[in-house]
Amino acid sequence: MEKKMINIKIEGQSYQVEDGLTILEAAKRCGYNIPSLCEYNKGECSKASCRVCLVEATGARGLVASCVYPVSEGMEIKISSPKAVKARRTSVELLLSNHNMNCQQCVKNGNCELLHVANITGARENAFKGVKTETTLDILGPGIMRDTSKCILCGRCIERCKKAQGIGILGFEKRGFNTIVAPAGNRSFAQAPCLQCGQCTLVCPTGALTEVSEIPLIDKAFMEGKKVIVQTAPAVRAAIAEEFGDPIGTVGTGKMAAALRRLGFYRVYDTNFGADLTIMEEANELLHRIKNGGVLPQITSCSPGWINYLEFYYPEVIPNVSTCKSPHEMMGAVIKSYWAERNGIDPKDIFVVSVMPCTAKKTEEVRPQLSHNGLRDVDAVLTTRELARLIKRSGINWDMLPEEDFDPDLLGDYTGAAVIFGATGGVMEAALRTAYFALTSKELNPVDFLPVRGLQGVKEASVDINGIIVKVAVASGMANAKKLLDDIKAGKSEYHFIEIMCCPGGCINGGGQPYVKPVFLNKEGMDILDTYREKRASVLYKEDKGRPIRQSHNNPQIKKLYEDYFKEPLSEKSEELLHTHYKARERYPEI
Amino acid sequence: MAALQQKAKEQIVEICRKYKDEPTPLMVILSEVQTEYGYIPLEVQEVISEETHIPVAEIYGVVTFYSFFSLKPKGKYVIGVCLGTACYVKGSQAIIDKFCDLLKIQPGETTEDGLFTISALRCIGACSLAPACSINGKVYPTLTVDKVQGIIDEYKKEASV
Ligand code: SF4
Ligand code: SF4
Ligand code: SF4
Ligand code: FES
Ligand code: FES
Repeated sequence: MEKKMINIKIEGQSYQVEDGLTILEAAKRCGYNIPSLCEYNKGECSKASCRVCLVEATGARGLVASCVYPVSEGMEIKISSPKAVKARRTSVELLLSNHNMNCQQCVKNGNCELLHVANITGARENAFKGVKTETTLDILGPGIMRDTSKCILCGRCIERCKKAQGIGILGFEKRGFNTIVAPAGNRSFAQAPCLQCGQCTLVCPTGALTEVSEIPLIDKAFMEGKKVIVQTAPAVRAAIAEEFGDPIGTVGTGKMAAALRRLGFYRVYDTNFGADLTIMEEANELLHRIKNGGVLPQITSCSPGWINYLEFYYPEVIPNVSTCKSPHEMMGAVIKSYWAERNGIDPKDIFVVSVMPCTAKKTEEVRPQLSHNGLRDVDAVLTTRELARLIKRSGINWDMLPEEDFDPDLLGDYTGAAVIFGATGGVMEAALRTAYFALTSKELNPVDFLPVRGLQGVKEASVDINGIIVKVAVASGMANAKKLLDDIKAGKSEYHFIEIMCCPGGCINGGGQPYVKPVFLNKEGMDILDTYREKRASVLYKEDKGRPIRQSHNNPQIKKLYEDYFKEPLSEKSEELLHTHYKARERYPEI
Repeated sequence: MAALQQKAKEQIVEICRKYKDEPTPLMVILSEVQTEYGYIPLEVQEVISEETHIPVAEIYGVVTFYSFFSLKPKGKYVIGVCLGTACYVKGSQAIIDKFCDLLKIQPGETTEDGLFTISALRCIGACSLAPACSINGKVYPTLTVDKVQGIIDEYKKEASV
């Protein structure tokens, strides 16, 4: 249906815009970026709390908050009138007066929306002096941290947690000047049923919510002379170039490998090898369950945010979840066993670093059941953002880096199937390619399995494998997965295999990925918040298409690993090193 | 949630179900729980959250927003000191400080013997008699710091008979 158009004026110029838009949105389409702060993605926030977006508009008494005030026929809007300019500056100054401005130590510096509006409105830090609200610094982690001294109470995090994960860990607490945003009871994230997925850190305009940085751990490992081995998850290459000013959707694989080598890592590996290994184990686990009347549907286990959700909210479903460790954990376990043996290196001297798109991986690496002989499979997890910081710190010029490959020895090869793990539906597609082969001795043809691709929250498909109709479903974001899980709990699920990823869209949109802040991305187009996930996913599907081998079971180094070490999937040795278990957790433990 | 008795849990679930068709069930549910049990701890909020599908953090926000609700059990005597504008201007901060000093608790807390709770209130409608406080509904007008000890003693005496 045609949208009704109305006439408005901005700064004396006439425009036609859709009826029903807010002034902020309408002005944006006419080419004016009204300074704003708390507003996010057309209202995913607590609505008009910051008053930074004030403008003059006819028909309104006084100044109006343009992020919520709608346009109307004949309205004349003034953004640059002295009154509006001054009011916006005052709003920012009021925020600054209750803000802990230690920008030089703040990880958001360079990407801070508050600092940005302070700059463009000309706000002064000490225009208003007064007492500051009592603050909380939660650094128990292990994934994310909260510093209320930086919080501007925009409510974006609250909305994101509700919308993406359907749980609403964060909320406003207390009132008036004492208001803070916190998990119930101002608890630490570590003492609340938070998934530590980091979705809230992606939307926070300031340094109030961020990951817990593990860069110091890595510095220490280098200092101690450890053999520091790095691996990078598929989704990292789809986004890291953004940190260096490249357009969203730029392939970062080659430059990233080159940068890691220059940072002094002993080996530079791709978690994709681990992903291929995961597929071997997980596809065979599925076949085993189907053939032996095991618990179905089987659900994937590679997203630690999802595993946290499982243990807090759906412990009844634990028997359905694959016992496979996630790819980087498998990779770590193999590095400290097979690889260490072959290289004659004591596993104690190895320090495995995983670069992940994810903050929940930081909660995964410390799980006691992910260690062997007292040694953790993975010793440190860096987010994509932290890796970018490491590269910048070392003065490496990203643009001048050559394209290099990962190290080729023992764990170096990977297939197209592994690369697509980073997008929702990817694990499913990769597993089907291998399960199909295992049952029919023929390759799935065509190898692209399109029904599970794309960014919808829930996708369904079925495949005929030798007369067995295998029904599958894919969900990303816990709010979307909930329905599938309720059905399983009620014994009504008709699927064989379900892929669940915690973050909407999968790892390409993980909580550790570069921030997508429209205000800093003027060249990306106005709808960037609707398109960035697809752009990142396309990087992965492109790489899959270009790989010489596209099925995990055809990876020659995987074959060799089984021949020489594990013998076969689900063998005693692989159970020991590549599988894990889960247990129910209390949501609000007594403290 | 282990701390919560099965019976209490059932009663709370019942309260939630009773009001589930209200347009804004949360306020009525919380009011009834507050009146029935005298306080609304986190374990109880978890039960309400499960029943109403309202996030715990949101419920917690409401409980901490309205001074009528409390997270901790209240004492036999609830001393509500008004910190509304009129009272504040006339020095009610010093009054509440004095109560806190003498009872060795902070606003929102309860004395160990379970006798007194101090709470800070907004205007209690006695502005012409400011500064004022109310104890279990009885209003004490035109307070001074020196009167505080006497008021406490009065209730201690009442409790001991
Ligand atoms: S959040 Fe922004 S303004 Fe605040 S300290 Fe960090 S960089 Fe500075
Ligand atoms: S980390 Fe995830 S689950 Fe936890 S508060 Fe943030 S969005 Fe919610
Ligand atoms: S923590 Fe960040 S996103 Fe959440 S309300 Fe505060 S400033 Fe906004
Ligand atoms: S952006 Fe409009 S009030 Fe904050
Ligand atoms: S301000 Fe205290 S009674 Fe009104």
